[in-house]
Amino acid sequence: MKKLYPYVGWLLLAIGLLVLAPAVLSDFRLGLLAKYCCYAIAAVGIGLAWGRGGMLVLGQGLYFGIGAYAMAMHLKLADAGPGGVPDFMALYGDAAVPGWWEPLRSGALAVVVILVLPALVAGLLGLAVFKRRIKGAYFAILSQALAAAFAILLVGQVKTTGGANGLNNFQGFFGYALFDPANKRMLYFLAAGILLVSILAMAWLYRTRFGELLVAVRDGEERVRFLGTDPANVKLAAYVIAAVLASIGGALFVPIAGIVSPDDVGVVASIGLLAGVALGGRASLLGPAVGALLVGYAETTLSEAFPGSWSYFQGALFVLVILLLPGGLAQLLGLVGRANAHRGDSASDHSPRGVPRGKRGETEVSRSASEEAAAR
Amino acid sequence: MDALLAQVFTGISAGAVLLLIALGLTLTFGQMGVINMAHGEFIMAGAYTAYVVSTIVASTELSLLIALPAGFVIGGLLGLALEASVLRWMYARPLDTLLVTYGVGLVLQQVARDIFGAPAKEVPAPGWLDGSIPILGYDFPLTRLFIIVLAGLCVAALLAVLRFTALGREIRATVGNRDLAETIGISTRRTDQATFFIGSGLAGVAGVALTLLGSTGPNLGTSYIVQAFLVVVVGGIGHLKGTIVAALGIGLLQAFLAHALTGSVAQVIVFLAIVAFLQLRPQGILSVRTRSLA
Repeated sequence: MKKLYPYVGWLLLAIGLLVLAPAVLSDFRLGLLAKYCCYAIAAVGIGLAWGRGGMLVLGQGLYFGIGAYAMAMHLKLADAGPGGVPDFMALYGDAAVPGWWEPLRSGALAVVVILVLPALVAGLLGLAVFKRRIKGAYFAILSQALAAAFAILLVGQVKTTGGANGLNNFQGFFGYALFDPANKRMLYFLAAGILLVSILAMAWLYRTRFGELLVAVRDGEERVRFLGTDPANVKLAAYVIAAVLASIGGALFVPIAGIVSPDDVGVVASIGLLAGVALGGRASLLGPAVGALLVGYAETTLSEAFPGSWSYFQGALFVLVILLLPGGLAQLLGLVGRANAHRGDSASDHSPRGVPRGKRGETEVSRSASEEAAAR
Repeated sequence: MDALLAQVFTGISAGAVLLLIALGLTLTFGQMGVINMAHGEFIMAGAYTAYVVSTIVASTELSLLIALPAGFVIGGLLGLALEASVLRWMYARPLDTLLVTYGVGLVLQQVARDIFGAPAKEVPAPGWLDGSIPILGYDFPLTRLFIIVLAGLCVAALLAVLRFTALGREIRATVGNRDLAETIGISTRRTDQATFFIGSGLAGVAGVALTLLGSTGPNLGTSYIVQAFLVVVVGGIGHLKGTIVAALGIGLLQAFLAHALTGSVAQVIVFLAIVAFLQLRPQGILSVRTRSLA
């Protein structure tokens, strides 16, 4: 029975998203919910990397952006027609499509780029970082800097990426006209469906040997190494999956939101993606997705009611949730603890074991060793 | 030759700004493992302190000299408040401090927006920093020269405090081995608070200095904080010497790349260079021999 808890939750979420929401919400609100679903897809990946893997991924905006820009470029080229030049290029650029845009004319290739490019980038970066045992704060800061660099790069290349304005004004999505409300509903179901499927995939992944290893790496990386498994490979796989999910979320975001700009990929956006994950419960199955949906809803509602209050709310959310409720809403419900109790894993223990006392002592050893070296 | 000299100067002055910002970070990061994302907002608080002082004190000559210590105190008090209210409960999970302090930073930004308004404020530079002095045929702007000197003074003062005062000894002992420091009667709680005061105060000083280079807005800190953290990472956490080398190195690299290419491409290349550098020395310039088991 306890094993079923997450699936009951998933079923409720599925009914809510696929049946209730389309029946109750206006087209405009449903479009907003579709947007939150895109964030939630990225959040599911963050739940895997951060909640289960203990990697604080501060730069998921990079992968969100790769997916979003690949999709946006494809839509722009498709709008322009065969051999055509997108409108903004005629405006700012050389009125010629640069060579690296050309492959995106094909819809199939665009999808391949959306799925493969983030995996390649995350794979290369992950190899470089995890194999050298760069972790914790170092990794967080590097991933954040990567997102910052990407946003800066996008702003700088006005001629080919639209610069700070980003890309917008898309007419069609793989042959479907975007102004048609029916097609917008279709996009919503696509986003909600992919979100639900990705949660199911996580439910399966968490039960595999890989899922167990990932939690083990989070709670005691060195012990996993002693047991004969390279933690770097485990972390790499989780990081790559998270990157691909973020990219898919970004790709769906573009036709739904109708715009992508460097603001959607930078540091602020990247950390914003974490807010929902923290609120929902980073290590729980449904927490990241539900949290992301809630945060998206709260942002829209609060910004409409009290402009400027969102910063206070988001700030307070980070402080209060992480300080008082590190397991998020899932901890509050006690679902994580109960669902995992029979396996005896520590998914509900959100201050990863081994970090607090033990690690402090050990780093002291290393520090005093370095001081000795300095003294010599 | 002139162009080369100009780039070196630009690089050193950019490095000095980074150094001023990263000094406080490396101090708190090194001692407590706290990653203080609100550091950027302490910089902003320092900059607004300079603005407020400049509206009270009519003489621009004096206001900068008053603002520097005032910025230090304001930044320090903010840091102390942050430590006492939030961070003291979180020393067991240092990675989470990053998000908590980011949240605090968001709130502080909005507070600044509500008090001072979103448009950027200008702080008039004192007359004695107008103009430039020619060295080897190149004109050095006095404001940038002032920041280089200020960064040097801050480093010297910090080193002096760490080396020669009782507090400095306590800080070094706590960084070296927290439990042992406690057994010989050092209050590590008080030491942590003092470190946080000094580190955050230095952010305030950096904020005052930044008003000389540009206008002051609520987002002032966010534009510097990512780079400042990179400096700390490259320098090796908790090592002042490494931080100095890293700040100047990154400043110089960026200046030369920005000269040869465009600014945005330069930033991306600097980042890639840092990833590559960490491949060679994962623990930063001053590497730590680690026996960490976690």
